[in-house]
Amino acid sequence: MKKAVVTVIGKDMVGILAKVSGKCAEYNANVIEVTQSVMQELFTMVMLIDITNINDEFANMVKNMKEMGEKENLQIHVMHEDIFNVMHKI
Amino acid sequence: MLETKDILETIGMIQNECLDVRTITMGISLMDCADSDISRVCDKIYDKICRKAEKLVKTGEDISCEYGIPIINKRVSVTPIANVLASCGGDPIKIAYALQKAANTVGIDFLGGYSALVQKGFSAGDIELINSIPQALSETSNICSSINIGSTKAGINMDAVALMGKIIRQTAELTADRDCIGAAKLVVFCNAPDDNPFMAGAFHGMGEADTVINVGVSGPGVVRAAVAKYPNATISEIADVIKRTAYKITRTGQLVGTEASKRLGVPFGIVDLSLAPTPAIGDSVAHILEEMGLETCGGYGTTACLAMLNDAVKKGGVMASSRVGGLSGAFIPVSEDAGMISAAERGILTLQKLEAMTAVCSVGLDMIAIPGDTSADIISGIIADEAAIGMVNSKTTAVRIIPAIGKKQGDTLNFGGLLGYCPIMKVNEGSPMKFISRGGQIPAPMQALKN
Repeated sequence: MKKAVVTVIGKDMVGILAKVSGKCAEYNANVIEVTQSVMQELFTMVMLIDITNINDEFANMVKNMKEMGEKENLQIHVMHEDIFNVMHKI
Repeated sequence: MLETKDILETIGMIQNECLDVRTITMGISLMDCADSDISRVCDKIYDKICRKAEKLVKTGEDISCEYGIPIINKRVSVTPIANVLASCGGDPIKIAYALQKAANTVGIDFLGGYSALVQKGFSAGDIELINSIPQALSETSNICSSINIGSTKAGINMDAVALMGKIIRQTAELTADRDCIGAAKLVVFCNAPDDNPFMAGAFHGMGEADTVINVGVSGPGVVRAAVAKYPNATISEIADVIKRTAYKITRTGQLVGTEASKRLGVPFGIVDLSLAPTPAIGDSVAHILEEMGLETCGGYGTTACLAMLNDAVKKGGVMASSRVGGLSGAFIPVSEDAGMISAAERGILTLQKLEAMTAVCSVGLDMIAIPGDTSADIISGIIADEAAIGMVNSKTTAVRIIPAIGKKQGDTLNFGGLLGYCPIMKVNEGSPMKFISRGGQIPAPMQALKN
């Protein structure tokens, strides 16, 4: 299974989770796990998604998510999970 | 399972602390491009580089996008051109043009290897290549040149040292209208590594495989930020923090290298563990030293801090990568480091201090602008001193200095981009002319006799 990590950071507002998971569904990416927290109005969400069967180039999905984030004033990063694995696991 | 804290730490390193992979450098052997006719050599070189590196830039961009880690440069290093020139003779400038044409076609940032290895003497093609460097670097834009004039095993070729003083000046003169940028693409080495992915000194060594992928990491900003979290720690605790951080930085390089090698079908060479700064704010090696407790980089304590930093980076990095090589250490290029620029402008960081620093970190006197009227003999003297430090300490040292033609101490040279800008620094004017004009060879030191 190929997995990616979606991180969303920004000011809390209604519907962030819905928008991001909606976008995942659009690309046929399955959401495996979600954690989120709100600290002093700062919304942080980390989502693990399965990108094995996505219906477009992964690069396009990365770009599209980022653009959606910019519109909503959120920082959205979609990154292959290996970058985190190599850095934080020995 | 990944922890949110770790994920956010990685994102923070990339977003706020300038974590990047500085370069994916493809090393390409040109030994099979030898021919008795120089035009055919040029054609073969162009074809081979274009064939091997065709997908290098695209692959780099894909990996960067997928893993979310910026990969700043995509580069190619080739067999020292003097060795190829030995087969055909003729005007090496033709090969420089062929290399530039290939660099344009594949869209890389730099191509290194307009080089000669002359630590123990000149062989066919070496002198011709060296003499063509000023013209080659002024008439091309992405080609880098390096000359190895000494090694622990061979000693120092003083004829080459004398010659390179003149060549550096001529290169600066021919590009005087462009802030002497030619000299910024020319480096003189002692103990040059065969697998260095960093410019201007990258070339593809004679013992290397036909094609390899080498990766150079970066990340001074990440190390500075990590040190800043421990304002009251002892220096041994700081060393440990740096090791842990270097491990993480290097892992990204290892990942990118492995992935690039797999996608391009080219063997993975090495990860170069260097901390390579850029002129961008928050990406400075000098600022790490200042974070450790120095008021200004260049003051007393700088050499000790740098020695510790350099060592800790290696210790952390070596465990993170299956293959380590290249220069691997902390770089101290003045014009490419916001903290070094500022310290030099204030006169606290001097050429003498930089020389001491080169004894304990990777590379040497790097990206330093000196007054335009500095004589070739003095430049040769600077090269000889640096080479002696490298030779005796069995380490790589290098000189990449830029005589600022028509300018004097206190003026500024501005190269733009990754090469940055720098104030012109004071040079000791005592002449080494007699010493340099003697020529000959400094014999290899006792350190060479290890067998």
